[in-house]
Amino acid sequence: MTTAPAIELKGISKAFGPVQANKDISISVQPGTIHGIIGENGAGKSTLMSILYGFYKADKGEIFIKGQKTAIPDSQAAIAAGIGMVFQHFKLVENFTVLENIILGAEDGGLLRPSLAKARKELAHLAAEYELNVDPDALIENLSVGHQQRVEILKALYRQAEILILDEPTGVLTPAEADQLFRILDRLREEGKTIILITHKLREIMDITNTVSVMRRGEMTATVKTSETSPEHLAELMVGRKVLLRVDKKPATPGETVLEVEKLRVIDDKGVERVKGIDLHVRKGEILGIAGVAGNGQSELLEVLGGITDATGTIRMNGTNLPLSGKGAHGQSRRHAGIAHVPEDRQREGLIMEYTAWENVVFGYHLDPEYQKGMLMDNAGIQATAQEKMDRFDVRPPHPKLAAKNFSGGNQQKIVLAREIERNPDLLLIGQPTRGVDIGAIEFIHQQIVQLRDQGKAILLVSVELDEILSLSDRIAVMFDGHMMGERDPAKTDEKELGLMMAGISDTKATQEQAHG
Amino acid sequence: MGKMPHWADIVLIPLISLLLAAVLSSLVILAIGENPIAAFKLMVDGALMRSAGWGYTLYYATNFMFTGLAVAVAFHARMFNIGGEGQAMLGGLGVAFACLYIPWPHWSIAILGASTAAALFGAFWALIPAYLQAKRGSHIVITTIMFNFIAAALLNYFLVNVLRPPRSMDPATAKFPEPTHLPSFQDMFSTAENPLFRGAPANVTFFIAVAACFLVWFLIWRTKLGYEIRAFGFSESGAKYAGISPVRITVIAMLISGALAGLMSVNTTMGESERLVLNSTEGAGFIGIAVALMGRSHPFGVFLAAILFGFLYQGGAELALWTDIPRELIVVIQALVILFTGALDNMVRMPLEKLFLALRKGDA
Amino acid sequence: MDFMTLLQLLDTTVRLATPLLLACLAGLYSERAGIFDIGLEGKMLAAAFFSAAFAYSTGSVWLGLLAGIGISLVLSAIHGLASITFRGNQLISGLAITMLAGGMTVLIAQDWFSQGGRTPQLEGAARFNPITLPFAEALRDVPFIGPLYYELISGHPILVYIALALVPITWWVLFRTRFGLRLRAVGENPASVDTAGVSVVTLRYSAVMICGVLCGLAGAYLATALQAGFVKDMTAGRGYIALAALIFAKWRPWYALWATLLFGLFQALELRPDLIESALGVKVQVQLLGALPYILTVVILAGFVGKAIPPRAGGEPYVKER
Repeated sequence: MTTAPAIELKGISKAFGPVQANKDISISVQPGTIHGIIGENGAGKSTLMSILYGFYKADKGEIFIKGQKTAIPDSQAAIAAGIGMVFQHFKLVENFTVLENIILGAEDGGLLRPSLAKARKELAHLAAEYELNVDPDALIENLSVGHQQRVEILKALYRQAEILILDEPTGVLTPAEADQLFRILDRLREEGKTIILITHKLREIMDITNTVSVMRRGEMTATVKTSETSPEHLAELMVGRKVLLRVDKKPATPGETVLEVEKLRVIDDKGVERVKGIDLHVRKGEILGIAGVAGNGQSELLEVLGGITDATGTIRMNGTNLPLSGKGAHGQSRRHAGIAHVPEDRQREGLIMEYTAWENVVFGYHLDPEYQKGMLMDNAGIQATAQEKMDRFDVRPPHPKLAAKNFSGGNQQKIVLAREIERNPDLLLIGQPTRGVDIGAIEFIHQQIVQLRDQGKAILLVSVELDEILSLSDRIAVMFDGHMMGERDPAKTDEKELGLMMAGISDTKATQEQAHG
Repeated sequence: MGKMPHWADIVLIPLISLLLAAVLSSLVILAIGENPIAAFKLMVDGALMRSAGWGYTLYYATNFMFTGLAVAVAFHARMFNIGGEGQAMLGGLGVAFACLYIPWPHWSIAILGASTAAALFGAFWALIPAYLQAKRGSHIVITTIMFNFIAAALLNYFLVNVLRPPRSMDPATAKFPEPTHLPSFQDMFSTAENPLFRGAPANVTFFIAVAACFLVWFLIWRTKLGYEIRAFGFSESGAKYAGISPVRITVIAMLISGALAGLMSVNTTMGESERLVLNSTEGAGFIGIAVALMGRSHPFGVFLAAILFGFLYQGGAELALWTDIPRELIVVIQALVILFTGALDNMVRMPLEKLFLALRKGDA
Repeated sequence: MDFMTLLQLLDTTVRLATPLLLACLAGLYSERAGIFDIGLEGKMLAAAFFSAAFAYSTGSVWLGLLAGIGISLVLSAIHGLASITFRGNQLISGLAITMLAGGMTVLIAQDWFSQGGRTPQLEGAARFNPITLPFAEALRDVPFIGPLYYELISGHPILVYIALALVPITWWVLFRTRFGLRLRAVGENPASVDTAGVSVVTLRYSAVMICGVLCGLAGAYLATALQAGFVKDMTAGRGYIALAALIFAKWRPWYALWATLLFGLFQALELRPDLIESALGVKVQVQLLGALPYILTVVILAGFVGKAIPPRAGGEPYVKER
């Protein structure tokens, strides 16, 4: 094509403090095409799009719209330049009608009546043109998620957007809704709109995009034509051929079953089913790794097991059923049942950031008699314990009186690990053990996990880092969209196969192996 | 690392806020044609240079310690108890019932009984807002404001219709019986050769307030309950992870807070007026907010801030007596302290943080 | 209870409900934009004093009104600074402003007039006097309608009619104009406004300022219409009753009118407890009447009778998400 690109980014860089979210990124998207941007969570996709929509200012780089160099200092400028954005979390006013949401910020004149009338007409027109049917007088809170998303798209179109950015649009949709969305996108493309689709799902990229860019760790690693690539190739580009951090470990000698989960379902407070009836078991002396892209139900699985979220189904711990809702379902009762939990988000859950290290070393176990001295807490004793544990786990600086927020990510994680491992649990739940942790600490943390396994403990590991799952697990299960996609033997699989499963592409081998495992 | 050292956070920021409040108040004094320095000297003379002045200062400080602690305990659980006033009113009713209807043999037993009644009544008045917050999500600030007014109406009703002695025109209870009268500082420390605290209302309740500071300190930093209250206050998601029940902590923290506010009435009702009057709380519930903010919710900070406000109150009374500056100056100072330490905290904090950052860079 | 007594009671109701209504509408604008305001009381009080003081010294109640609105705007600006610009705690700010007003009014009153924290009595043009509506005199003797028109509808100060007119105006502004749409949106989900390219800060400041103007009207009414001059703490908790009415009204203008009329009726009955006794045959404690607005509000807040859902972004400073 000879026309100027609808959108062109040149050398965009953006840092948040020490974190380089975008490094020298350039893309060029032709008008009337769908361009996919794929990458793992935290790869920098959303930051890049926020720059394009005027939410952040890039440290370096230029933006060209239809060949014109354009400054986008705020959202207003982005809208004026013909850019519309559908955020992952919708920016709708829940108790407004569809029409009201559509005209908000794009009203004609001071009175609503003419604006609403105009929008109503325009909406009917858009609905006919793009199959975007929504009741204009419905309240947003009464609409399904899929319809709410349509409202977001309509909002952009009403503002005459020529370029539409969709950030993880199918994350909250059912497969049927997702199919409808793709039909709409297809239609928009036919009408000459340019679409940027941000996703981590390979299938979507393959199904609908013309070109695709892969991002990894803030960098654009490749831009290819979709027709000239394959899911395998993209999976490889996305996850990267990382040097596996090999963990020194003997083969597992699993014993009897510690944890059994049957037909577990979790419905979140918005009524969305996050975990859709999964079964799993973990035995003594083995590590079950759960792979999956973030947001596919793994977090909820951990939270249910840790007593934070309610669920339905069955969880048996050493043969005893655990309560899944009501009075008996909380973190304390889980700890009594022998479950230790290193949560995915240590800053929001695992630690009280304002608490000192020694206070955090007993967090969750603070009611145990060994930490009491009469009516008071045995602070001196706890401090001594904390010092001991911090030394053993090589927490730096080794000062129990320092607040948790003053430790680095790796050392914070070591504090959590020290607390949970040292309680000698039957089962350790561990989520994202090395997220935000420096290389040196990663090795140490991995060793600790393997050691615990060798002591005969059962370990359930959830991680979005594939290499971590591969190097630690004795069995690997993959979760996608609240389902178990299947189970693999780490020795007999590779990143490519797992990557496909994580993207929701499964084959029969998976189910066979699970039945027999 | 934090943006600035801990000491700056707990000492420097309150001091700067206080300084700002003082400067603005001085401007106000100047504007009404008085000399701020002379006024300050008068306040110091009246409140701190004579034992009787201290007797008043410490009497007021006793009230503020209780209400300040009440607000502080709720703050630790990240709740804003604006209802100290109403809880103290209810506490006053508790004291009145205890003193009027139970024949106490001696003040030392009476004070225990009356304190228990005050704490129970105050806690009860905090229980309903706490329950509604925990279970129904009703905003505790609004409900406690409403409960202040309901308490005022209730107190009014009891004083006018139930507890008022026959033939009295005053909405107040009868004088409490002799054995419930608490020893004042004058009774305790004054001798014939060396008269001290003459006529001042400070009484034995002061020591209960000091004890309450210690107890709250123990509660917050030495018990598992305090550990859970603070954890919940810092991070509700963290508390849930650790199996700490948000409902339980909300209710318990508010019960303690209400009980502390209620205890204030032992000082005003039993210790000073020796009967329950309509306006015995005199806004001390609100001053507790200033005291807690100023004292950074730490019992020792509350202790110091309570004495500071006690000084302001007594000094303000002296000013009203000797100059044309009305007592309301104190209300202004108190409002400014709340404004600067509470609402405009970031205005004071942000430049300071920049300063410390620049200093640190200079060091490096 | 005869017809004339009833009319008198309703007349008192309207007079007492007016400041509540103005303050309630003031709070409505602010809270609809997501800024909680428990400082209505303070703004009213400050406005009451300044309007009385300026009306007295200039002899013009209109200049007094302007001064009242002016000081109320100053306090609103402080509230905006604390809660919008510096993202402070809106509740603490409101409380501090109320205290500040409580202290400053007496301090200045004492300095200016030396009458123990009050202003001198206002007379003549320094007050908003009752205005007789057209034909009120002529129709006076027509049965039923005459007295109704003459006693209840006619004969109020202009601010009463302004307050009543503000109810449909507020409704119209909120639900029929662009400004109203954006205002409601910023109180529900500021991100929706921000991503639509509209300034959250400007919107919120304008809401807070409108709140200031209306509180100014409410305060001026108290000191120059309902009463003839300022006395210490003359708002007597009306700002909080207005807040209660706002919750009771579920943040809606027409409901606000009914809620404040109801609470005004309670206040009117508090002055004439004998009326209830003669009408119902039971003695109702005046204290209960005084506390009823608060009790009803708590019941509503608890969600036992209908649920009062405040604007969803209320009380939270807006921070752009990453």
